[in-house]
Amino acid sequence: MKKLLIVVAVMAIVLGAATVQAKDWKKIRVGVEGAYPPFSYVTPEGELAGFDIDIAKALVAAMGKDIVLVPQDWDGIIPALLARKYDAIIASMSITEERKKKVAFSNKYYNTPAKFVCKKGAMGEFSRDNIKGKKIGVQRATIHDRYLTDNYGKDVDIKRYATQDEAYLDLVAGRVDMLLADSVAISDGFLKKPEGQDYQFIGPDLNDPKWFGEGTGIAIRKEDQDLVEMFNQAIEQIRADGTYKQIQDKYFDFNVYGE
Amino acid sequence: MDLSIIFDNIGIYLEGLKTTAWLVSLSLLLGLLLAVPLAVLRTAQAYAIQAPIRAYVYFFRGTPLLVQMFIVYYGFGQFDVIKTSFVWPLFKEAWFCALFTFTLNTGAYTTEILRGAIEATPHGEIEAAKAAGMSRLLMLRRIVLPSAFRRALPQYSNEIIFMLHGSSLASVITLVDITGAARIINSRFYSPYEAFLTAAVFYMALTFMIVFLVKRLEGRWFAHLRPQETSRG
Repeated sequence: MKKLLIVVAVMAIVLGAATVQAKDWKKIRVGVEGAYPPFSYVTPEGELAGFDIDIAKALVAAMGKDIVLVPQDWDGIIPALLARKYDAIIASMSITEERKKKVAFSNKYYNTPAKFVCKKGAMGEFSRDNIKGKKIGVQRATIHDRYLTDNYGKDVDIKRYATQDEAYLDLVAGRVDMLLADSVAISDGFLKKPEGQDYQFIGPDLNDPKWFGEGTGIAIRKEDQDLVEMFNQAIEQIRADGTYKQIQDKYFDFNVYGE
Repeated sequence: MDLSIIFDNIGIYLEGLKTTAWLVSLSLLLGLLLAVPLAVLRTAQAYAIQAPIRAYVYFFRGTPLLVQMFIVYYGFGQFDVIKTSFVWPLFKEAWFCALFTFTLNTGAYTTEILRGAIEATPHGEIEAAKAAGMSRLLMLRRIVLPSAFRRALPQYSNEIIFMLHGSSLASVITLVDITGAARIINSRFYSPYEAFLTAAVFYMALTFMIVFLVKRLEGRWFAHLRPQETSRG
């Protein structure tokens, strides 16, 4: 009985502390990925960098809070948010119905289409018949994974990777024939680099909201509605005061926000 | 807890079970075939024979399986020498890289297990075999190895189980084994608890099967050690 009381007391303190923390956000812990250039990567010096990282810093700064960046592998990134390892995910996560069942989203902070990539001249026109039986690499647990599984799951051999970087490695090694990923991630993270010079986009821009959602948002635990509001305001603020454009111009020569 | 996710997608797990089963059993078989001659040679007097085997065992026991797999899977793909050679069609395949790494890994551990067992052969048995005029090969086949296998069995059963559990790393290089199946389910439904608990159940069932089979085998191989019924006259 005594033990039980102690357990209950400890739990009350822990839970109490958690709710207190949820109420006044002194610092905001942001989960990021670190293997998705140019949005999120690790520099040779070991520092996190990229569009997502800069946006995260700018948003939290706009709120007047301190930021703690927490790197986390992609396929555990939502479970770790729910397990309170951090308070928000800023990792190029598309806003989808499926994910909305588990987490809340801010408004979008960018929106770019998905595309296939393959070796130059390796295939003719893009068509369902033409890609039948091909090995297609995709990052596990992404909208691209889901789109490929739902639309081509029976026709192609899907190889799932933990990170986008590993998928590029296997495309270059010839272990997969094509990749499906975000067009900007592919063009900046791969095609513009020396190892990507023999590769090209193929097929149409893919942006069906059923799979690709309404853009990329910040994922937040459902109970933290106040934080969702804070992020929405911060997004508006950095859009208005030019910080967003500054960060965008650092990485891209076009508008990543969409309309 | 929503187990309907698992029941609706049990097919993915069964495919994964198939992959785990053939991958582990084939690497164990090939690893054992590799380990028997290596263990015998490892007990040889000549250092020139011993040294390369020592180096092989030392490397594979001295590094984590995951690192070995990354070296083989991503590392080998970096060299054009390998990419243009005749072995590339094999190393291009994820399943071959996993099989290759697992076989060499379990081979190294098994070599050590067998070496210990061979060196522990009672002198009397060897002397008796020599006295009976057996050639070295015959002695190896009839006396040393059978008795070494017996002594090695309990340790080797551990190695089988470790290999089964180690095989879960195959999912890192795109293979859909039991763990790979769990990762697919987890990523689709964001339910790590259900997904990985199911994987755990599959591994546990396999482990119990292995333990049961080894126990049966022990019962046969160690029949001579069992307390015997004797008639009291």
